Amino acid sequence: MKIAVCVKQIPEGNSRIDPGTKRLDRGGEGTLNAFDANAVEEALRLKDSTGEGEVVLLSLGLAKAQDALRKALAMGADRAVLISDDAAAGSDLVATSYALAKALEREGADVILFGQQAGDSDGAVLWAAVADRLRMPVVSQAAEITHADGKLTVKRQTEFGYDVIEAPLPAVVAVSDAINEPRYPSLKGIMGAKSKPQETVTLADLGVEADRAGEQGSRTEVYALNDPPARGDSKKIDDDGNAAQAIFDFLAEKRLV
Amino acid sequence: MTKPADFPPPFRTADYVAAPSDPPEERIDVGVLIVGAGPAGLACGIRLGQLLEEAPEVRERLGEVPVAILEKGKQAGSHLLSGAVVNPRSLRRLFKGRKRLDEMPFYGPVEHESVYFLTHKSALRIPAPPTMKNEGNYVASLSRLGRWLAEQAEEAGAMLLPETVAEKLLVSDGRARGVRTGDKGRGRNGQPLGNFEPGSDLVAKVTVLAEGTQGHLSGVALDRFGLTGENPQVWALGVKEVWKVKRPLGRVIHTLGWPLRGGANFREFGGSFIYPMGEDMLTLGMVVGLDYRDVELSVHDLLQELKLHTLVRKLLEGGERVEWGAKTIPEGGFLALPKQLHAPGLLITGDGAGLVNVPALKGIHYAIESGRLAAEAAFASLQRGQTPATPGALAGYDEALRESFVWKDLLEVRNMRPAFGRGLILGGALAGVMTATKGRFPRRDLRLERDADVDLIRTDRAKSYPAPDGKLTFDKLSSVFASGNKTRDDQPNHIVLQREVPQDIALLWERMCPAQVYEATETGVDVTPSNCVQCGAISAKGGRLTPPEGGSGPEYTLT
Amino acid sequence: MSTLVFLEHHGDELLKGALGVLAKAASLGDGDVAGVVIGSGVRPLADAAGTFGAAKVYVADDAQLEAPLPQPRVDVIAQLVRDKGIETILFGNSVLAADVAAGLAARLDAGINWDLVDLVQQDGKLVGKRPALQDSVYVDVGWTTEPRIALFRSGSFDPNEKGGSAEVEDVQVALEDFSSAARMVDQAHEESEGPSIEDAPVIVAGGRGLGGPENFALVEELAKALGGAVGATRAVVDAGWYPYATQVGQTGKTVAPKLYIACGISGAIQHKVGMQSSGVIVAINKDTNAPIFEFSDLGVVGDVHEVVPKLTELVKQRKSS
Repeated sequence: MKIAVCVKQIPEGNSRIDPGTKRLDRGGEGTLNAFDANAVEEALRLKDSTGEGEVVLLSLGLAKAQDALRKALAMGADRAVLISDDAAAGSDLVATSYALAKALEREGADVILFGQQAGDSDGAVLWAAVADRLRMPVVSQAAEITHADGKLTVKRQTEFGYDVIEAPLPAVVAVSDAINEPRYPSLKGIMGAKSKPQETVTLADLGVEADRAGEQGSRTEVYALNDPPARGDSKKIDDDGNAAQAIFDFLAEKRLV
Repeated sequence: MTKPADFPPPFRTADYVAAPSDPPEERIDVGVLIVGAGPAGLACGIRLGQLLEEAPEVRERLGEVPVAILEKGKQAGSHLLSGAVVNPRSLRRLFKGRKRLDEMPFYGPVEHESVYFLTHKSALRIPAPPTMKNEGNYVASLSRLGRWLAEQAEEAGAMLLPETVAEKLLVSDGRARGVRTGDKGRGRNGQPLGNFEPGSDLVAKVTVLAEGTQGHLSGVALDRFGLTGENPQVWALGVKEVWKVKRPLGRVIHTLGWPLRGGANFREFGGSFIYPMGEDMLTLGMVVGLDYRDVELSVHDLLQELKLHTLVRKLLEGGERVEWGAKTIPEGGFLALPKQLHAPGLLITGDGAGLVNVPALKGIHYAIESGRLAAEAAFASLQRGQTPATPGALAGYDEALRESFVWKDLLEVRNMRPAFGRGLILGGALAGVMTATKGRFPRRDLRLERDADVDLIRTDRAKSYPAPDGKLTFDKLSSVFASGNKTRDDQPNHIVLQREVPQDIALLWERMCPAQVYEATETGVDVTPSNCVQCGAISAKGGRLTPPEGGSGPEYTLT
Repeated sequence: MSTLVFLEHHGDELLKGALGVLAKAASLGDGDVAGVVIGSGVRPLADAAGTFGAAKVYVADDAQLEAPLPQPRVDVIAQLVRDKGIETILFGNSVLAADVAAGLAARLDAGINWDLVDLVQQDGKLVGKRPALQDSVYVDVGWTTEPRIALFRSGSFDPNEKGGSAEVEDVQVALEDFSSAARMVDQAHEESEGPSIEDAPVIVAGGRGLGGPENFALVEELAKALGGAVGATRAVVDAGWYPYATQVGQTGKTVAPKLYIACGISGAIQHKVGMQSSGVIVAINKDTNAPIFEFSDLGVVGDVHEVVPKLTELVKQRKSS
């Protein structure tokens, strides 16, 4: 069974938006997104449960995304493919999902996993777009996945409780952070990561047309950065015995009780 | 009054020394193991790479991983912090014929500099002491320089292993064999969690300790191999911030005097630095010797106070704090150096060895040079076909160090720091004479006293610390946040400490720690280990810092 | 401009979040606003939608659409967008809606902006407001082509029940083969315990100011009365007063409930970054200088042991009346 995991690199430390490009400042070193670590862990568990298979990592990012990929390889993934191309800079969800879908077609995986959200929220909801392009079933917020007879049974966590959904392979699943506790890579794993196959491909290698990449291939844009609006009038009162009533009235006014 | 030394931490060196115990198939073998991806460790890795490139037969013998560099932080640079104004001579030597200075990540040469003596209301320009002239030196962020050096080390063939702690020194037959790495995935009470991953034995032909100030295994090794010198090491605590500013600073500034008190009974030795970082950033910091006496002294708060001085406030106007950090600096200099810096199979470099020139505020170029010399000694021993673990095989390192400029510089300024134990005025005068005589005065070396042995006093110093306004002045917790610290809470406490101590000791620690790790309670002291930025101050004043889980602690980028 | 709002439902009710987005769309006052209801046996919902601001409601009623799965909904909406030339499609965030919105973006090659808290007309363009970097910055985002897709943070707008009725139109349902591949085996039942901290609409959290672990009972009572979950700060979790799973903050969970009541919490930044996006923040603390008062909507300087039980009483009374 081939399991592909889409991972994303996020900047280290406290993030900053570059006032010039108005995009996340990706200049610093990067690290593996915590939610993608859940996806990598789940992929490894699925592979362990079937006793055979391959876990491939895919990432669309800068050359420095190698650090994030290396961490995932250290956890036990077998191989990594980095889509690195200047032409991809400024890609929004439409462009990113297109490039990723092309790369995933090339891999022909049985299961495609995503983490549920990216720390810098650039990648949130990407999975559903990728699944549509690949014409595969998609299940998100997976809190548990089991595999049997060419099907995945997924426990999906929603606002109303847990659904149980079955999807035939090949399928796309986005895992929630409740699904597992990612393993720490062993020292041997970290040291072995370097020698695992890491391939860098360009958009052209994937057959992504120039007009479907980067800003050209995007359908959204960023105009400006602003300070957040003030929270509104903030009130502070001293308790003279009536504070509880004051809070209650406040909540009632806001229709919260 | 009490003193911290009356309440020693329950720390036992023997707990951190072990024979290799993993079965052979689990043991990991490397050629040369370097502990610490700071300037000393990375210089060592780079130099080894250079030497091994020309000697493939030696490289062969070192196996699949000829050079491995362990780093306890998330990545190289995460735990690096300094001013810094760097003397480029060591970098020039290390990269001779390979890289030019303009290819290195500096913020520019030092062009102008001023030294001020501050009072609460004024700033008196004084001539820079000769030990502090910075012509020909470069301003750098050590964290950033570290990241760049790490890239060079990897290119030179070293394998960098971040988020990996060297917890125990592996010793057998009286020889250093490598390190045992720390466990990951333990809970608050030490219990293994679901994703528990035990450490491993990392065995090497040569182990180079480059852990920086208060290096964990450096302290263990000095004890285990009986290498400690006649004088104890002493430390200063530096707390600094990086700011985005509206106008370029354009010069290097050092200050003495306020907010430190000059009277001899306070023993407040130190000052501040303000360095330009390009056109739109600057860094400023407060450095104070940990032999201070007042329980209420807080270096973090002194830094906040400093920013209210008109001289400094003007520089920061319209700006924004972007990073904060803290770290200790070994201040004993020559007098506190260990008897020797090698043992069978082991070399000790950089700040971990105490190679810092306090009057000149320089240590980075000594760290780099010591790392380079360690590489050469290790290589020479391997090339001779020796087993570096044989006693005496690595003696070449100490010999080379003693012949280097590192030794000469430290020897010359060896009595200056102890002189300042006598207060600013007398200390300053003594220092002047020492400089003039190039260290020949005084004829009998002064002695150093352990920081934890200093008698405490209590004043009402804390009264004048500014209430944080969140714009110019900041509290400790938001500063810990600004260091990028997101340490996992649910892990064992890594600080070895007596918990039931008198109020004064608890208050001392509470004020001393820049990261608000300690809190005085009715019965003693409470500890919040996840705040810790691993500065090392506690180890100087009655406790003992050991490394927490790999990857914990600050994530410095610009310090 | 023609706008379509995805009117998600659960059971036999339209979701409040979706109705809020409908109200927003209507208030933009720019062209026709239609809603779309998708499911099985959902016609009565279409009638209800009229009272909340929809001029028109499309209904896709089919047994194949019964389960709340995203891909069949993408098929229905994509077809509708093409047939009716819809320019803007709006969604209120939910697990289902997010998947539908993103799938639709791929299907139509349409720009999608998500996590928006507002949408305005600015310089002749439709501009979305999106918080970023832990809500410390607001980004103005837009679309370069039509149709445009917007996904709003849940709870961004309140429904507006102004009465009225909508024109209802049935739409044909033609599903792609892969859309029906996923199958609902067992749909979620109502949870019998309280909501998990991530999904809770209300969180009552306790900090050191509670004084001791036994006082968490006060927090629990209030949470129960409000139908919410209990949260804790790092300090009290460290001290063993409450489990780590309830820790809110930088090294714990990040939550954004409609209401966050902080009891005896000082509001250090490590805690703040975990809950600052909450809709309404009420803080009770003895210390008038506690930083939490700087970002709470209502701050009470008082004793939690006095204020909280009284508040719980008032809430219980209201519930029973």
